[in-house]
Amino acid sequence: MKKTKQTKNSLTKRKASVSERTAQILFTICASCTILAVASITLYLVTNGMPALFEVGITELLFGTVWKPAAADPQFGIGYVILTSMVGTTLAVLLGVPIGVLTGIFLAEVAPKRLAAIVKPAVELLAGIPSVIYGLLGVMILNPLMYKLELALFKDSATHQFTGGANLLSAVLVLAIMILPTVINMSETALRAVDPKLKSASMALGASHMETIFKVLLPAARSGIIAGVVLGIGRALGEAMAITLVSGSSVNLPLPFNSVRFLTTAIVSEMGYASDLHRQVLFTIGLVLFVFIMGINILLERAMKRRAVR
Amino acid sequence: MRDKARKKKDMLCYGLIYTCAALAVALLAVILVYVFIKGAGSISIGFLTGVKSTLKGTTGIAGNIVNTIYIVVITLLFASPIGIGSAIYLNEYARPGRFVRLVEFTTQTLAGIPSILFGLFGMLFFGNVLKLGYSILTGCLTLMLMILPLIIGNTREALKAVPDSYRQGAAGMGATKWYMIRTILLPSAMPGIITGLILSVGRIVGESAALLFTAGSGYLLPKTAEGYISKIFESGGSLTIELYLSMAKADYEVAFGIALVLLVIVFFINLFTRMIIKKAAKITS
Repeated sequence: MKKTKQTKNSLTKRKASVSERTAQILFTICASCTILAVASITLYLVTNGMPALFEVGITELLFGTVWKPAAADPQFGIGYVILTSMVGTTLAVLLGVPIGVLTGIFLAEVAPKRLAAIVKPAVELLAGIPSVIYGLLGVMILNPLMYKLELALFKDSATHQFTGGANLLSAVLVLAIMILPTVINMSETALRAVDPKLKSASMALGASHMETIFKVLLPAARSGIIAGVVLGIGRALGEAMAITLVSGSSVNLPLPFNSVRFLTTAIVSEMGYASDLHRQVLFTIGLVLFVFIMGINILLERAMKRRAVR
Repeated sequence: MRDKARKKKDMLCYGLIYTCAALAVALLAVILVYVFIKGAGSISIGFLTGVKSTLKGTTGIAGNIVNTIYIVVITLLFASPIGIGSAIYLNEYARPGRFVRLVEFTTQTLAGIPSILFGLFGMLFFGNVLKLGYSILTGCLTLMLMILPLIIGNTREALKAVPDSYRQGAAGMGATKWYMIRTILLPSAMPGIITGLILSVGRIVGESAALLFTAGSGYLLPKTAEGYISKIFESGGSLTIELYLSMAKADYEVAFGIALVLLVIVFFINLFTRMIIKKAAKITS
């Protein structure tokens, strides 16, 4: 390498080395962009989210349950909002993950080629559908169904506030559907990555195909599937536009038939007109969401690392 | 006796697995059919080429279509050099160490940040601090950050797939690194890079939460030729934003019309990526 360089004349050599160095420097700058981006996002969300915490009081803001930002004596308790995001995400994951993992098994292990050729593109298309369309369909299909269910269930209740079907349950269903593609893809990839020898060994010992899948392949693919689940949690927690209208819009305890507000939907529905302290509280909601997401990211890193070690 | 119970269990598992897969396909079918039936009626030449006007009593999404095209093109102009450059650095120049680990960690973090938080940051930084306000440019800069991980990831995978013998061959003939990247690595990795870009187009077209407080919701078409340039600094709502706003106003006719347009775009994007991946697989095999 060095010798070939020496045989070139010095002019082209200098020219080459200048462009070489420029290229390397430019590429390094490009690579630092993501670091810069994450650093400034963190900085801005923290500095804008903190003031309200101190102004309202940390416990009152984070654990308070009264949300009256426009009242003469405004109260900013986002306890129910945080709780709604936690409960809603948990329910969506509980519902979506089993379906997703089983579909992943279908694609990786069970599906005849012809059926896989239908299911795989379908899943890819599901992943590509914009979240506002899920929201639109939630409002048009799910909410009326939920309203019927609500009318039947709370026929004799004097205390229930009717929501017209825009409730936690509708939002959970939309979220569960939206995380399906992520969970399916990650499970399929994880299952395909399992050493085929394990499968042959299990089958040779007389286990049926299903026993092999559930007792050998799934445990072996565990870390990849967990990574998929964590990714799904992140998606469900961060989804905003699909559930803003589907979930109703009042701050309530997250019970299935209550109209609720998530961390994300609180920002979407109020940022447009909020001002002063109210606006700052919305930034704090953003900060809370950010903290949750960073926690999930760290979990995800661990899950991925464990897989890499294997 | 035990065999029978085992068989029963097996059949149950098969049943469950098939049901779930069928459910995924059925979901898609319901979405496609429902949007098509509800949206087909709204689609007309006037709807696609006109602009909403209470005075004339017309509805149209031409302004939003133009905004969406602006947002896609400008975002990609910003993001693709940075993303591809960053992938080249990681794959061709970097030696394992703290810096690389940091870049990898932050790329993964960016991929996990929800779009509503990108929207908040874009509003605070590009909108307020850089004083770009609600404008297409603010939206594009925000989306640039959002799609970087996608471009970096796909470009890296594509570069990794280029056999090392190419690199050794080029180096053996005396090519410098940058020359080799330009003439050998990038052309060989092109299908993968383009796949990443097309996927990014899909993300941008479908994005809404990050645009609501950055690009705003303007829906008019520029009236003059210069207007098309200054448009970049003005508020412009994408198709998704207009869909959301119509839905919030319970104007479902427009909402489903836009939904149908979006689904058609998403469908073609999926088709394109499949075609490119298939073609690339054929070449390498």
